[in-house]
Amino acid sequence: MLAATPLLDDVRTQWLVGILLLLLVTASLLGRLISGQADGTVNVAQVRTFRHRVRTWWMMMSILVASFILGPIGAVVLFFFVSFWALREFITMTPTRGGDHRTLFWVFFAFTPLQYVLIGMNEYSLFSIVIPVYASLFIPARIAISGDEKRFLERSAKIHVGLLICVYALSYTPAILQLDLKTRVDGEPWKGSTAGLLAFFVLITQAGDVLQYGWGKLVGRRIIAPKINANRSWEGLIGGICSTSLLGSLLWWVTPFQVWEAALMSMIIAIMGFAGGMTMSAIKRDRGVQDYGTLVRGHLGVLDRIDSLCFAAPVFYHLTRHFFATTTS
Amino acid sequence: MKLTAQVLSLAAKLISGASVRWLNCDPENYQRIYFANHTSHLDALVLWASLPRHIRTLTRPVAARDYWEKTRLRRHIASQLNVVLIDRKDIKVHKSPVKFMIDAMGETHSLIVFPEGSRNTGEEMIAFKSGLYHLARKRPDLELVPVYMDNLNRVLPRGEFLPVPLLSCITIGPPIWLENDEKKMDFLERARESVQRLKEV
Repeated sequence: MLAATPLLDDVRTQWLVGILLLLLVTASLLGRLISGQADGTVNVAQVRTFRHRVRTWWMMMSILVASFILGPIGAVVLFFFVSFWALREFITMTPTRGGDHRTLFWVFFAFTPLQYVLIGMNEYSLFSIVIPVYASLFIPARIAISGDEKRFLERSAKIHVGLLICVYALSYTPAILQLDLKTRVDGEPWKGSTAGLLAFFVLITQAGDVLQYGWGKLVGRRIIAPKINANRSWEGLIGGICSTSLLGSLLWWVTPFQVWEAALMSMIIAIMGFAGGMTMSAIKRDRGVQDYGTLVRGHLGVLDRIDSLCFAAPVFYHLTRHFFATTTS
Repeated sequence: MKLTAQVLSLAAKLISGASVRWLNCDPENYQRIYFANHTSHLDALVLWASLPRHIRTLTRPVAARDYWEKTRLRRHIASQLNVVLIDRKDIKVHKSPVKFMIDAMGETHSLIVFPEGSRNTGEEMIAFKSGLYHLARKRPDLELVPVYMDNLNRVLPRGEFLPVPLLSCITIGPPIWLENDEKKMDFLERARESVQRLKEV
């Protein structure tokens, strides 16, 4: 059960948070400096993207620090709001029919809060199955009862995918805080703080995004799927994965992992982040091509930023839990 | 502003996630008639709540008396939002809705109207009722401001009472006026198109 623990007591977590703050301040100053040079040598759109990203990182950083101060409950509540907003964006850009209205009501106001309540209670045996099993049974049944048969499977799938990505997958991120971990060297309980592990996880997903983008810009030639995303190349992917693992291995001291374990975990996070980015690109391209006008303007924001987090979180959680948890009930 | 009105407008904003865009039109407190497409029970409330506060206090939604006087709660809400209630069924010459609306505006207030009449369930907007034309004839000085409300029909469709909190978008466009010698049908069609056009920009 929950206890509001001072998660920031751990010295190594403080170090990591300190380094991150320093990096963010540098990035912000850099962004301001570049956009101040109006001499035409800089690509305006790229600078804007960069500054937008830095703002998102400040947001993530505030959420992380706030949840460390407020304890696991605070983290669960904050991530609930992120999920809720992401699901709003997802369903808004996905066409549904009048017959889906009541199903959507249950998805927003029953399954989403329930998932986070179960995360807060650390009820692993429930939070790991409620949405994948019970919501996947409930959604088509509820749509069937509403009596609209048009594109039935498609509508069920859309709503369920939205719930899985935006709520189920993302909810594993605050769940990391409640893991009881040991090291695999001597099997002794790990002395560090799960807050540090959570910060490590978020940092590595973001670094994975940026490094893949950077490598792609530098040496990217073979585009993986031009119709899905014209920026993601094999060179970017491989360069990104390797450099993310390197970065992860350098930060092993904040995790219960050994150096090689931290590298391997970071590699998996980078691959999952890539998978998340590709999937969300595919969903957006699909929507863009078929029905451009129905996209509500000026709203797509949160979902773009958390796609890699959503895909990496369940895998990172399960691997960590399987290999490093003291009790696996 | 009254407390219920504040709570309601906050709730409407949260549930509808409305982003408001003013296109070639600024939030000014000239006397205006905001006219919009009508797809949801929430339309009047959300549009009203999207206006800046100093304009909101001077703007009155126009709504159907038979609906808003049915229960005590609805009556309370209507009085809080300063709604102008109009008889849809019992229209007589000596108390025409247009005259009633003009009186309700006085020298200071603006109105929110839905010229499609009843809520529209289809994809396309239906033809406008003639009230807007008569208002424009009686008060040629009024700015007629088109508003397009996107996605609200998914937030709270017809016949539902529980909302789904999707994101909606409200676009407020450049005002139009009745031209000299413009025929009624031409004007109403032009007004409808001015709303329709906001969907695309």
